[in-house]
This record gives sequence, structure tokens and C-alpha cells, in this order.
Amino acid sequence: MSIAVHNIHKSFGAIKVLNGVSLDFPKGELVALLGPSGCGKTTLLRIIAGLERADEGQIILSGTDASDKDVRERHVGFVFQHYALFRHMTVFENIAFGLRVRPRSERPSEKEITDRVLKLLDLVQLGWIKNRYPAQLSGGQRQRIALARALAVEPQVLLLDEPFGALDAKVRKELRRWLRRLHDELHISSIFVTHDQEEALEVADRVVLMNRGTIEQVGSPRQIYREPSTAFAYSFLGSVNEFRGKIEAQGVRVGTDLLPHVTTAFRAGDDVLGYARPYDIEITPGDTNAPGVAAKVNRILEAGVMARVELVANGPYRPAKPDYFEAELTAADLADLKLTVGQAVRITTRRLQLYSGVDRSVEV
Amino acid sequence: MLFAKSHRVLPGFGLSLGFTLTYLALIVLVPLSSVFIKTSGMDFARFVDVVTSPRVVASYKLTFGASLIAALINSVFGLILAWALVRYTFPGRKLIDALVDLPFALPTAVAGISLTALYAPNGWLGQFLEPLGIKIAFGPAGVLVALIFIGLPFVVRTVQPVLEDLDVEFEEAAASLGASRFQTLMRVTIPALFPALLTGFSLAFARAVGEYGSVIFIAGNLPMVSEITPLLIITRLEEFDYQGATAIASVMLIFSFVLLLIVNGLQAWTSRRSGKGE
Repeated sequence: MSIAVHNIHKSFGAIKVLNGVSLDFPKGELVALLGPSGCGKTTLLRIIAGLERADEGQIILSGTDASDKDVRERHVGFVFQHYALFRHMTVFENIAFGLRVRPRSERPSEKEITDRVLKLLDLVQLGWIKNRYPAQLSGGQRQRIALARALAVEPQVLLLDEPFGALDAKVRKELRRWLRRLHDELHISSIFVTHDQEEALEVADRVVLMNRGTIEQVGSPRQIYREPSTAFAYSFLGSVNEFRGKIEAQGVRVGTDLLPHVTTAFRAGDDVLGYARPYDIEITPGDTNAPGVAAKVNRILEAGVMARVELVANGPYRPAKPDYFEAELTAADLADLKLTVGQAVRITTRRLQLYSGVDRSVEV
Repeated sequence: MLFAKSHRVLPGFGLSLGFTLTYLALIVLVPLSSVFIKTSGMDFARFVDVVTSPRVVASYKLTFGASLIAALINSVFGLILAWALVRYTFPGRKLIDALVDLPFALPTAVAGISLTALYAPNGWLGQFLEPLGIKIAFGPAGVLVALIFIGLPFVVRTVQPVLEDLDVEFEEAAASLGASRFQTLMRVTIPALFPALLTGFSLAFARAVGEYGSVIFIAGNLPMVSEITPLLIITRLEEFDYQGATAIASVMLIFSFVLLLIVNGLQAWTSRRSGKGE
């Protein structure tokens, strides 16, 4: 089933949670709604499910307006962050619930219910715990049962609200791969909400990046990561180094230092916000008059494939968010530089992404 | 092993168990057993005679019957009250929340007198009910009203915290799976609240069985009609028939104890079903 939302507005009291959100979710895709907490992603998901009503705007399910339909009539499967399994029912009864509450005329026979539940238990690879109660399961098992329960009613859409949010890192990683495989098997249109960019980029076909109740960017994981279209997108998707300054002929004037950079998108005198990833930072030892922003080595972290160097500002310019610089380089390069803690250096960037300095959307 | 040694941050199993047993014996068991000891001074034929006399049997029926009905009514309306207090915010909610405890705090005689004044044939409410042929004060219905009044807080206060912990998510999950409102209530919400409801029910019931002060004012205390068992015990005491009083008391004790045991068994059964017992 295809899902579309048009111009959704939603406020809770004085707080505007969604501000004119429009999106198309094509059939059969696994889409991630990604954003920091409080960006409105869960509210959007709940509005699509029918658990929440939008103040304005439409929800289109399979081409028909479902805005006024009740959650019972929308045929969506919803998976909650904290599972919401019925504690007084066994795993089997939890999964069978959606079938048992059907009107008598549509209700499958007891044998059909048993068959369907056992098949779903096989699908989530938990056939051996059908007679247990939710309290006796691990978090990962509970979430898989919750998913099986949602699938039992053969929903046309699967909506997952931070499905792995309450699990520990290792289980989360396992379930991520498992969800992807399951989706490839079932091809059911799915939307999942997450604040974890790694999770979104790894699992989803498409990522919708949200911030403050609006959509920042929609695209494939590759597009979102490689071509972030806004300063917010860039800073949300990985570590950044921040350089605020004014455009000059030779580069960006950051404080009193010059950061060499060639741009055609901005004119001299424009206020800009420049971002560079840690692996695009170059370090030149010594406090020379060489170009680059003055900094001082604060920590050297050599554990890991790539060594990381944390630096603090050493001139008049102070980055705000984050308030330090971070460079990533190979162990060999680090050895060549012979850096010591406290040493004065200059930093330049291999790649610098510039955004208009008036853009304040980064200050979440 | 029953007394396996284990290391705890706060030790003192032996001490606390010893204290518990001694305390319980002094405060509860000794006074209660004296009832039986006193009764045992009677010969058996007289005992049977006293505890099965028609007037006494009628009072058992009224006391236990009215207590059961009152506890049932309180379970239903207490649940609704707790629901409204937990699930919704409305002006005056805090005030209503405080009002619920009043039957706890009010001297029972005061409650009895005000209820009587209210429901008597010439009272505020009674004068409207009288022409309709409904007689509340000075009859079994009056007993019921008084018992409902004093039992209400028990159900509200036991259900309330459990309801607060019961996330709306469970209802949302049921709805997303296609359950109607009624199905959601009957299959998801009530079963989750059932153990708490049962506790509230048994507390309200136990309180009602032992209630004396508020009932005697409104009951009218007509022999065979609206006489509660505790009143009969008091009457026997006033006649210096101590053995008769303890005989009736011991029957009441056994009745109550068996009923509460059954409720406890039910509770253990429901909590085993939710997998907590293992």
C-alpha cells in the first residue's frame, strides 16, 4: 500500500510539533524517519497510524483519504518502542489476539488461527517459546513477538516506533539486520522511526531526515550521507568541525585566520558556516604564519584503525558546536606528524561544506 | 533449602521473622484465639443452638450478603472513579482525589448519622424516594448504602496506582490490531487490573463484614430483617452472655477467614497466569 501525507500540522498546546509536512512513501519500501528527539517523527508516525489526529492535512492510504478513519480501520501494523505485549497472555495468545477480536463472520477457525500463529512464530524464529509469558522473555525476543503480533492481521503497512530503542547495542545490531531480511522477504511497505543515524542509513531504502517539525531532506542513505543539503543534515549525520566566518578572495576568514577554500556559491563578504568531517582535516605542526586556523593539540587517541586527534582553538576563533576540533588520520600519518599534547598547530580542510551563515537550523 | 544462607546488603532474616511472628501473635493471634477459648467453654449442643438460631442466621445472611454486594458495587464504581482520576485531567481532580479518602477518616458513627438523616423518609433524599416506594433507611437497603460508603476508598486506592502504571500503549496496541473499544476493555485493560481489583474487593469486603458504627444508625436493627451480626454480638455482651457473643464471633471469624483465603487463592492464580509467579 502506498502512503502519502499532505501538509500535516500538529500542535500539542503551544508547542508546534509538525509544521506542514508532506511526504510520499512508495509501495514496498522500508523508509526511516530520522531526526533528533522532539523533531516530530514519532508524532508523524502516530498520525499515519491513526493513533493521533492531525490538526490540519491529509493522510492518503492507497490513494484514498484516510484522515478521518479510526486506527482500527486503517489496517496498519504498529510496533511500539516498549513492545506493549499483553502481560496476561502467552506469546501464542498475544499473536492470536488480532485474529480473535475479529467479528465472528470474519474470524478464522481455531485451526487456522493456530496455523497462522505457528507460521509467524517460525518467521520470527521463536517457535519454542509460544507458551511463555512476556515477562519471561528478553527484550529482543519481546520485540520480535510484537512484530509477529502486528503481522498476524496482515497489515498493508508496518509502522515501527523506535523498534530497537530499548535494546542493548549488540541485540540492536542483530535485529537491524534481521528486520532488513524480513522486509526483503515480505516486501510490506514499512516506516520506522529512529534517532540513530547509523541505524537509518544501514537498514532503510530511503531516509527522511526531520528537524523541528519539518523535513530537512529525503533521499537514499547514500544521498543523505554524501550530499547533505542543509547544515542540519550535515551536522546530524556525523562528527563535524565548525568554522564560522566571512568569505574572502582566498578562502574563509575565520576569526583572524584564513582557511583556504575556493567557492563560487558565495560572494566576498558573505557570512558562512563551514563544516568539515574529521577525516577531511589536515594538521600542520608549528605556530607559523602558514594558512589555517590556529589550534592546539589536546588529546591523541590511538586506539582503533584510525587515530583521532582532539584539538582546541588557539586563536581568537572559538567553535561553538562542537566546541573543539577533531581530526581523523591513519596511524602512519600520525607518526609522521610527531604531534605532542599541548603543541600549537594550524588546521586546514581537504573538503569544506559551506552553508549560509544566517542559517540557524543547526542550533537544535 | 528453606533457610539457605545468603548474603544481602541488609541482613536480618532471623530477626525480622522473629519480630513478625511475635508481633502477630501478640496483636492478632492471642486476642482472636481467646474468642475460641472462651467459646470452647460451651457445650456443643448449646453452641450449635446459639449460632444457628434463626435470628442469628438471618444476621449472617444480611452481613455477608450485603458485604459481598457492597464490595461488588464498589469494585465497579471504584474502578470507574480510579479511571477518571488517573486518565483525565479536569478542574477539581485533586479535590475529588482527596475526597475519596474521607470514608477512611470520618468516625463511622458520623457517617451513619448523616446517611440516616439523608435517607430517612423525611430526609433530603428520602423524601423523594419515599413516594416512589423506595425505602432505604431503617432496612437492609440502608445497610448496603452504609457498607458501600465505607468500602469505596479501598477499591479506588488499590486500583489507582496500578492504573497509573498501565500504559495507554496497551490499549493503542489492541486498537491497532482491530479490537473494538469494548474488546480492548474486556480483554486487555480489565485483565491487567484484575489482581488489583481483587485486592480492593477483598479489602472492601473485609471492612464491610466488620463494620458496626455506621450501620447501626441507618439499619433500623429489626430482628430477622436488618440486624447485622456485629450488633447481635454487642447485644449478647450487653446481656452479659459472653459465651454467646464469642460463639457468634467465632463463626464470623471462620467465615471471613475462609472467604479471604479463597480470594487470596484467586489472586495467586491470576498472578501465576501473568508469569510473575515463576
